[in-house]
Amino acid sequence: MTDTQPLLQVKNLTHHFKTNPPLVDLLLRRAPRFIKVLNGIDLHLERGETLGVVGESGCGKSTLARCLVGLYPPQGGEILFDNQNVSHKTRAEQRDYNRRVQMMFQDPYSSLNPRMTVGQVLHEALSVHKMRPEAEIPDRIDELLDLVSLPRDAAGKLPHEFSGGQRQRVAIARALSVEPEILIADELVSALDVSVQAQVVNLLLDLQDRLGLTILFVAHDLRLVRHVSHRVAVIYLGSIVEIGASDSVFSSPVHPYSRALLNAAPSIDPDHKTSIPPLSGELPSPMNIPPGCAFHGRCPHATEICRQEKPLLKKFEGHGEIACHHAATLA
Amino acid sequence: MTDASLARKKRFSFFKRLQGLQPGFIAGLTILGFSLILATFPAFFAPYDPNVFDFTALQSPPTALHLFGTDNLGRDTLSRVIWAYSVNMQMAFLATIFSLITGVLVGAVVGYYRGVADIIFGRCVDAIITFPFLVLVIAVVAVLGPGLINMYIAITLVGWVYYARLMRAEIMAQMANDYASAGKVMGYSDSRIIFRHLLPNAITPVIVYWMTDMALAILLGSSLGYLGLGAQPPEAEWGVLIAEGRNFITTAWWLSLMPGIAIVITGFGFSLVGDGIADLLRPRG
Amino acid sequence: MRHYSSDPATGAGQTQNGAAATDPESANPPGLLEVRNLSMSFGHGQSSLLAIDKVSFAVKPGEILGLVGESGSGKSITLRSILGLTKRYGQVEGEILWKKQDLNTLTNRALQKIRGREIAMIFQEPMSSLNPLLTVGLQITENLKAHTKLDRTERKKKAIELLDLVGIPSAAARLGDYPHQFSGGMRQRVMIAIALASEPELLLADEPTTALDVTIQQQILDLILALSREMGMSVIMVTHDLGVAAQTCDRIAVMYGGRLVEVGPVRNILRNPRHPYSIGLLRSVPENVPPRSELYSLPGIPPGLGNRPSGCCFAPRCLAATPRCSEEKPDLLQTSEKVALACFNPQNFLSGNSQ
Repeated sequence: MTDTQPLLQVKNLTHHFKTNPPLVDLLLRRAPRFIKVLNGIDLHLERGETLGVVGESGCGKSTLARCLVGLYPPQGGEILFDNQNVSHKTRAEQRDYNRRVQMMFQDPYSSLNPRMTVGQVLHEALSVHKMRPEAEIPDRIDELLDLVSLPRDAAGKLPHEFSGGQRQRVAIARALSVEPEILIADELVSALDVSVQAQVVNLLLDLQDRLGLTILFVAHDLRLVRHVSHRVAVIYLGSIVEIGASDSVFSSPVHPYSRALLNAAPSIDPDHKTSIPPLSGELPSPMNIPPGCAFHGRCPHATEICRQEKPLLKKFEGHGEIACHHAATLA
Repeated sequence: MTDASLARKKRFSFFKRLQGLQPGFIAGLTILGFSLILATFPAFFAPYDPNVFDFTALQSPPTALHLFGTDNLGRDTLSRVIWAYSVNMQMAFLATIFSLITGVLVGAVVGYYRGVADIIFGRCVDAIITFPFLVLVIAVVAVLGPGLINMYIAITLVGWVYYARLMRAEIMAQMANDYASAGKVMGYSDSRIIFRHLLPNAITPVIVYWMTDMALAILLGSSLGYLGLGAQPPEAEWGVLIAEGRNFITTAWWLSLMPGIAIVITGFGFSLVGDGIADLLRPRG
Repeated sequence: MRHYSSDPATGAGQTQNGAAATDPESANPPGLLEVRNLSMSFGHGQSSLLAIDKVSFAVKPGEILGLVGESGSGKSITLRSILGLTKRYGQVEGEILWKKQDLNTLTNRALQKIRGREIAMIFQEPMSSLNPLLTVGLQITENLKAHTKLDRTERKKKAIELLDLVGIPSAAARLGDYPHQFSGGMRQRVMIAIALASEPELLLADEPTTALDVTIQQQILDLILALSREMGMSVIMVTHDLGVAAQTCDRIAVMYGGRLVEVGPVRNILRNPRHPYSIGLLRSVPENVPPRSELYSLPGIPPGLGNRPSGCCFAPRCLAATPRCSEEKPDLLQTSEKVALACFNPQNFLSGNSQ
């Protein structure tokens, strides 16, 4: 890689949803409460790599994906794309950014307009962004369908005529139609059957190599994330607790949460029993995140400092960056 | 695949859908079809001029000459009921179409953007819905004065709220689908997302409501005609006809009954078509 | 080779002791539940759709059997048919022998006595199977009232015990809470507590952890496993996740297109599967393969209910298919002491890494 600048940089990104206050709160004039979904995310995407994002439901990984494509207006922190601050000030800026940063969604049944044929979906994307002159659009639609290995007669069909896996291919084709540089895949294959998952994952990897795409792969299936990612970020309650090369994070996780999470995935080998005891307790509510290290309530290694001070991401030799006060001893 | 063959394929699948229609829908379409024909060419079907007095047959019960009988001035009830079709069918359409258009536009925009507009809209809806519909319409007519045009204005002023409320809810439900988010990520304009993507998927219940509302509009228009606030005599209108027959209900029952039956049948036709359309427009899969 | 589906005793002899299989009254415990040629079709007459087709298996006391398959394979319908929950959608044929009694011939009223008492069931979505308007305590005591002779105070005590057993902290204090006050994992625990109230001999679990996160999934699976071991309770676990099956089940039955394609002990099925579908399923799991390498993927998609092929359902996706496969449905036959297979051309899976 000649380009030393990362393609996308996220600095201290925060996102809090305001709750609908109950009437009592309004009457008593209590301060509005916030669901603190993202609490200072720092990460970057190198050109051509896949960054996997894992975490439990409610940890903020989907919100992160949606913030990155501008579906949620920015609150705190910065997103730098190609060293330019992405502010999404005007529609034109937003549109131009989205042409280069595209997203694919989890639910193959709701992410396509049920009343538009595949041809219409692709045609719309190509013509709105003026990707091709009007006359060349039909040829380009055929090319896109070839690219995602759908038959060309798919153009005339409505989404309900396709299986879940084929619909995800259509969603991929739609994202690719504007020739983006970054693809955000939010649980792209989670809703699919195992045998179909493999087809779509193979397609994604193949497209990445052929088109030089940069991918943020958000998923809860750890085996899949390990398989597709160059680097992995583990998120807990809206903060990254560990980020580093996929190999090292999966084979020797350091943060106690990553250890527990990555070990919880049941192996298909019946005799491979995990040595790490399962995590006790459950995710605290993102409405009142514990002070200090958010994980201290469930952590077997927690000490006084963990209850008081929030650990920051620090680089550890032979590992990635870890946000844990005891990382040095655990590593 | 060329656009022409795409279009052909779409039309083909539409006909394929038509083949499997419910019998109720076909019955409804037939009723409405006949009603429309009667409304368009009343002179062709009415045996007599609706306003000509036949003093040889005053208050005649149904006979071969006068199938629906005559009134106290000898006017043929069948002819008057048929001529009323043009007034009442027009009423069904004109009293609702402006409500439909306004309601859909306001509902879609408010449902999409939410925010302050939504709060103001919510208060308006609350204010209008607390009054009984008929009372509110009567109040508006009372201010504007009786007559068909004023009645349309009155019904539209109140009626659009119901469409808007329905539309807003449907748009919000559709926005929970990822295709709306996908539209935003594709960089499409708000108006494209609202009108190209959300609206076609959200409109079905509104269209169905429109059908029942047209039936209601006929009832409402007839009621107002009956009360003397809508169509004015001697215009043939079902409500007016029923009101005229009121005084003779014990001696000439057919005067009120025949237009009443016309109201029931037409209303039924609208409801059946509404159900059928709901079936037809539901996206597959 | 023995015809699996027509031999009444095979279930009993499936896992441990094949030699004793021919003598059901021997020391070898008989199957607790024996399902023979169970078929279920939606609707009636001409337009009916066959959802499961002559499924036969047995569960021994204390055993955990995994029903594994993809969506539309009929695994959930098989499970629900055992308790007669699918009868109102169509026709159920075959025998479901529960302690010498055919559940399929019982009236709904008689089934009611077995449901929830001897055989309990838990579902994927705990929220939709708990009554949101009743407290958790009430829902447990309700079940105790229906199935035990305990009095009021004993029932309350038992309810606290049960919540404690399934690992709900400060159980006594939470009896008065409503389902929405519990998190997803805790709700699943509550469901299990309700199911356990009558000390069932068989627990039917329909994707019990699919809606949960992996760390919570691990807790719930450990719980089911421990309860089964402690109480000697048999479990039939429906899952699409081979990992879940590998870590919890004693035996695995792989379903495809409404039929069982391979049945056997978990190690046999996951280490040395013979059916091309089992092999394909196992190989498409991205475990023990080089990162970013091309995953093995089965071509095509599973058939829908309405368009299952006439021969072997898997034939159109099978690389080893012969003309015979698309004409004739292979029967589930015993290929060794412990393993039964429905395939004309069994394949060999090179154990471990197949790259």
